[in-house]
Amino acid sequence: MMTVGHFPILVVMVPLMAAYLMPVLGLWRRRLCYPLATVSIFISFCISLVLVRSVMASGTISYHLGGWMPPWGIELVVDYLSAFMCITITFISLLTVVYSENYINKELPTGKTTLYYTLLMLVIGGMLGVVVTGDLFNLFVFTEVFSIAAYALVAIAGKREAFIASFRYLLMGAIGTSLVLLGISYLYAITGTLNMVDLSVRLQPWYGSSIVSAALAFLIVGFSIKTALFPLHTWLPDAHSIALSPISVMLSALVIKVGAYAIIRTLFTVFQPGFITEVVPVAPVLTWLAAAAILIGSLFAISQTDLKRMLAYSSVAHIGYVVLGIALATEMGMTGGILHIFNHAMAKGCLFLCAGAIIYKTGLRNISDLTGLGVRMPITAAAFALSALSMMGIPPTAGFFSKWFLCMGAIEAGGWIFAIVILLGSLLTAVYYFRVLYVIYFGEHKHVEQVGTDEVPPGMLVPIAILALGCILFGIFVGIPLSVVEPAVRVLLGI
Amino acid sequence: MNIDFILVNFNYWICVILLLIGLFTTIAKENLIKKIMGLNILSTSVLLFLVSLGDIEGGAAPIIVPGVEVDIYVNPLPATLVLTGIVVSVALTGFALALIIKIYEEYGTLDAEKLIKG
Repeated sequence: MMTVGHFPILVVMVPLMAAYLMPVLGLWRRRLCYPLATVSIFISFCISLVLVRSVMASGTISYHLGGWMPPWGIELVVDYLSAFMCITITFISLLTVVYSENYINKELPTGKTTLYYTLLMLVIGGMLGVVVTGDLFNLFVFTEVFSIAAYALVAIAGKREAFIASFRYLLMGAIGTSLVLLGISYLYAITGTLNMVDLSVRLQPWYGSSIVSAALAFLIVGFSIKTALFPLHTWLPDAHSIALSPISVMLSALVIKVGAYAIIRTLFTVFQPGFITEVVPVAPVLTWLAAAAILIGSLFAISQTDLKRMLAYSSVAHIGYVVLGIALATEMGMTGGILHIFNHAMAKGCLFLCAGAIIYKTGLRNISDLTGLGVRMPITAAAFALSALSMMGIPPTAGFFSKWFLCMGAIEAGGWIFAIVILLGSLLTAVYYFRVLYVIYFGEHKHVEQVGTDEVPPGMLVPIAILALGCILFGIFVGIPLSVVEPAVRVLLGI
Repeated sequence: MNIDFILVNFNYWICVILLLIGLFTTIAKENLIKKIMGLNILSTSVLLFLVSLGDIEGGAAPIIVPGVEVDIYVNPLPATLVLTGIVVSVALTGFALALIIKIYEEYGTLDAEKLIKG
């Protein structure tokens, strides 16, 4: 079939075209925006599945945009890692869009529905663009596309604090992308190419020169801001907790993970694993920052009283796990790190959807007010409990396996201290999630009249249930994600 | 470091100076409009760096004209990259200014110190 060859570009273009159609459609029939969004993401999801299958069958797919041969033209490269990220992004996005309908009908003024879906499609399209591109400048452009849409989505909540949160996010993010562009222009200045694979070859004679080190530093700092790696995480707690719940899911589960993806690409595709661990020790520095992120993020999460703010700080800690795994640069560690991208996306996505469901039904955000929720919203509470267990890493949930691989990777790399940090981080995670679970199930009833179940509509409940079951199923059948992650790691490390 | 080194690379020096001015303004100034101006200076300095990379003294525009022999063409790629960068920067500035209008409507001030206090 002719179209199959064009799937790498279609997976990006379907949501982007939907974003362009959306305002026009919104003028004509506002009700049609939701079906268009769902259908386009569903198509993208199916395309991602086909891409994974064909990558597993026949290896890396290279697509030449407009028929121009690389390194002159823009090349799209779908390898194991890209296909894995495509699946993660489209899967979580699909559930989020399905969940959005009921939620935003209640929480957003009707005039903003069209804009909401337009921006959501732009975020998704931009993220997919970042993960399929093989061109460094293209990566920068798509980063800006999804970033600007994400700033706007934070502000769309319309609350006073949302504007400030969005502005802080914008300032940090814009400095980050400027540094990324500076790093890219350094690399372009010495090699004259922007294609990642071509760059990695042409950079090798330059290893050791200060300009390459400077470029690497700019790229890593820039992407670290996007990833919200400690100590550059200051924008995250406000932005993620004040945004509407479906947006919190997108930001916490996906947007910061795409930043982590960009770090992986910079460290292992543009540069060589040997260079970043020995010649310029970026990876050891990142491991220490990630360890600090795990501990400090968890400690801040414990001290929060607002449910969504606690979840946001938990994201700071868990992006630390992802970056720790990547920066260990061992086979086990990277498997854990990349697997945690998917597991954390599912678990944190589910937790934010549950928090959204609670706000939708009761308007409560404070943890101490959640008493009796186990009776009132049994399915939401159960899903919350399941995904919280996955966050803590209790077997047989999915979170256990990524932390297991991370621990093994830390020991493999000889970093006992990191293994201890991972275990300590899991204990701290257990502290703040069990606190919430205790209030939900065993907390003293303040309002006696609130008995009987009162669940959210099925359109919101089904995505929650799917993600919660996913946390268990992808733990029991951990071989399914591993069959993509393990070859991805081998390709990245060149073994 | 001799004076020649500075003079030959003066375009890079100007980029560095602008970058630092931009970064300082963005971080240190309290007024949100000034922060955005700083951000613009920052991104412009990066774009200036990129566009000055592509230029060669005495180079011709990279268009092949029949019958005209040219030895050196300038590199057109940085210019196209910068065009994309300008578009991104404009979108960002536009959105930031819209956000500032909303913040001013809600809080009645643009002073970052006062805004943090609420």
